[in-house]
Amino acid sequence: MTAKDAARWSDALLAASLFAIDPVRIGGVVVRCSPDPLRDRWLSALSHMLPKAAPQRRLPLNIADNRLLGGLDLAATLRAGRPIAERGLLVEADGGVVVVAMAERLSHKTAACLAAAADTGEVIVERDGIAKRYPAQFGIVALDEGIDDERPPSAMLDRLAIHITLRGMRLAEESETPTAPIDVATARSQLRAVQIDGEVVSALCEASLKLGIWSLRAPLLALRVARASAALAGRETLSAEDLGAAARLVLSPRATKLPVQEESDEAITTDDAGQDSTCDKGGAPAEDELQEPKSLEEIVLAAVQATMPPDVLARLKVSQSVGKSRTSCGHAGMFRVSSLRGRPIGSRRGELRSGARLSVIDTLRAAAPRQAIRRLEKAATGSEVRADRIDVRREDFQVSRFRQRTETTTIFVVDASGSTAVNRLAEAKGAVEHLLGDCYVRRDSVALISFRGSSAELLLPPTRSLVRAKRGLAGLPGGGGTPLAAGIDAARALADDLMRRGQTATAVFLTDGRANVARDGSAGRGRAEHDALAAARLMQANGVNALLIDTSPRTAAFARQLADEMAATYVPLPHAEADAVSKIVQANTEARRPGARSR
Amino acid sequence: MPTAFPFSAIVAQEEMKLALLIAAVDQTVGGVLVFGDRGTGKSTAVRSLAALLPKMQVIAGCPYGCDPEGDRTRCADGCGGRAAKGVTKTRAVPVPVIDLPLGVTEDRVVGALDLERALAHGVKAFEPGLLARAHRGFLYIDEVNLLEDHIVDLLLDVAASGENVVEREGLSIRHAARFVLVGTGNPEEGELRPQLLDRFGLSVEVKTPNEVETRVEVVRRRDAFDRDPKAFAQRWKTEDGKVRKRIAAARERLATVTVPDSVLANAAELCMRLGVDGLRGELTLIRAARALASLDGWETVTDAQLRRVAPSALRHRLRRNPLDEAGSGVRVERAVAEVMPA
Repeated sequence: MTAKDAARWSDALLAASLFAIDPVRIGGVVVRCSPDPLRDRWLSALSHMLPKAAPQRRLPLNIADNRLLGGLDLAATLRAGRPIAERGLLVEADGGVVVVAMAERLSHKTAACLAAAADTGEVIVERDGIAKRYPAQFGIVALDEGIDDERPPSAMLDRLAIHITLRGMRLAEESETPTAPIDVATARSQLRAVQIDGEVVSALCEASLKLGIWSLRAPLLALRVARASAALAGRETLSAEDLGAAARLVLSPRATKLPVQEESDEAITTDDAGQDSTCDKGGAPAEDELQEPKSLEEIVLAAVQATMPPDVLARLKVSQSVGKSRTSCGHAGMFRVSSLRGRPIGSRRGELRSGARLSVIDTLRAAAPRQAIRRLEKAATGSEVRADRIDVRREDFQVSRFRQRTETTTIFVVDASGSTAVNRLAEAKGAVEHLLGDCYVRRDSVALISFRGSSAELLLPPTRSLVRAKRGLAGLPGGGGTPLAAGIDAARALADDLMRRGQTATAVFLTDGRANVARDGSAGRGRAEHDALAAARLMQANGVNALLIDTSPRTAAFARQLADEMAATYVPLPHAEADAVSKIVQANTEARRPGARSR
Repeated sequence: MPTAFPFSAIVAQEEMKLALLIAAVDQTVGGVLVFGDRGTGKSTAVRSLAALLPKMQVIAGCPYGCDPEGDRTRCADGCGGRAAKGVTKTRAVPVPVIDLPLGVTEDRVVGALDLERALAHGVKAFEPGLLARAHRGFLYIDEVNLLEDHIVDLLLDVAASGENVVEREGLSIRHAARFVLVGTGNPEEGELRPQLLDRFGLSVEVKTPNEVETRVEVVRRRDAFDRDPKAFAQRWKTEDGKVRKRIAAARERLATVTVPDSVLANAAELCMRLGVDGLRGELTLIRAARALASLDGWETVTDAQLRRVAPSALRHRLRRNPLDEAGSGVRVERAVAEVMPA
């Protein structure tokens, strides 16, 4: 265990104690971690600090609305002969903590439900004939086990104050012990006594602006964390240490740019040294610096900079892409959902399994004609017969059925290599932009893959957000070799993924077909073309609809061959015009659209 | 119910506040759509509006909230019959601001068989849903773009016709449901269907303020509210009272506010120049301008009001050009400057 790891672990424990002091107002903690013992250690430390009576509920990813928010408790309802409401998990967690494992896979909708409850402090249930409001004040622990730029929905990230990471930490057994529950309880009772002066608020706001944090929740949450920190230390005013904690835990992980300052370069390049210097800055200059408001902000910024890892630029890139990526999070299992959402198309007899929704009325209707018979049966066996109860049995259960439109995703695969860049990358961009407009009207999703140099890159995961698509496209650079095979493979993988979720995928290639980089990244036309054809065959075998638009100045024989191999519609466009491309794609997708969509 | 953040204490976001006030003055403007960044107080503003609205008169005991001065002959609960017998007990109730929570089921939106009575007694009775409760008030949808499509379709239909027709589970009921639809959402989570956009009268884009002073003020007030909601609300009570009076006065005045022909001509010209389809845009523009004039205490509408409401009334009706970097708000402003040079 290095000194740095020890410092990080003590920060993680500090985060847990601050959260335990004021779970509802701090909102929660996002813990970026892998599912390993370290995570469990942190969780058990946290659960130790929370009051004994506080409920702790684990939220499974695939939770149904019924369990999340509450609804009709069928078993109890049938037993009692009157509607009985079931309390949802969020209501059960009132006064405690909800733990979301694999938060990066959480659906936007579940996240929005959590957010709504967190914002209003109550859950409103309007379901299955039940109309109730319950108090639901809880803190959220989101365990973010995502890889690369997989992140929890931004509705969560924005609301949970503290973001920490436990990844890549090595820890000895005898490391620091967590705050004692009694200290946490004392701090909780002292929260209200902590005074905040206006300068602190300005400092936090100014610092967050300088760090490129736009959301107004960030400075507010930082303030609450700082207050908890002061209460923990038994102070009645905020000290530099409290601000430092808030900056490290709240502001630093949200930063999207570095503050413009002379010594900023220094602070980043010498990471370990920076770590040490925070300790100095956090402790010593407290008295004299607190006098003037400007220096408060400097304390915050210094604390943020010190916690920035050396790969800060790479990380910033990821955090910027957080906004535009991962629309698909939590969609696993989408193909099953058709029994849960969409347009109701009646009901059928069925078991209450895998989250199917009971159609109460149809069930009652099915049970009604048999009542007389059942009463007779019961009377015959000598059991009690009650005329005011409806006897509903398992065989009466009717399950609602829903039809859902299959979603169509158009994957644009744009050749951004040097040969195209010279000829007509701008035109290809124009065509894609035009198509985006059409996809928007049809409510299709779009995805964007570009290939150049030695590999293909997913610029834009499937999304319906036009804003993101536009951004992804605008940033598309050109130049380099043509790794056509890599491009086709990437499109196939994405299409395959989408089709497994029950969606329809169409791939639109814009390329001149001049492959010169093979799958393994080596240059050479022969090998590259061979690989590209193999990739094309594989794609055809997977049953992906495709359209190939030849963007070379003269129609190329190889592009045509490629189109044949992937059973794609081949469109030579010696002088493509955005409008013409759009019409072709539209005609092509309409023709290939499956029946479900044409309803 | 928790104390709401006072409406008058919301910092900046003038366009959003104005749109909500206009909808409060004249319900016929249509709904308000608030789209924008996270943490800009979208939900806060809508929820605080509820606490601000002047009370309304209803027939006592009517589950559909019938207006004593309106046409009651078609009330599903038989208010018409009661009126004929001379039974007209009324009472003042707060204007309903009904939350349409995520995860709502269809039966609770439109109303359905009363389960309690069906299960226990086998009686077929209708239990009014959220649409009935929102009648004459506001129906608020947070994260409107995450609402399931079939519920959205249902809402649109009722919002357009002002009447909820229930034909299900052996029930056949129709009742009035006129409400202002208020939706909020974040464009990062997917856009709204164009058909839905068009149904909202006013559309507002909110952005996080980037001046330090404004941001500091937002955080300071929010923090004060969090620490002691009751005391904070008390401090803003007079301000909120002023807004309430302003709404009430504007409603009184609304019927007498006149719209001169020159303003009508300018509104028509504006819509034509922007290529807005249909009459709805023009109508909303005029109504919103009239409500604004009324709020500001004027007896006649002038171009000044038209200028202020044009962006909210028209930006979501433009033929969408996905690649116009300028955004529709700017396009409207450009057209306004051309039609009505200051």
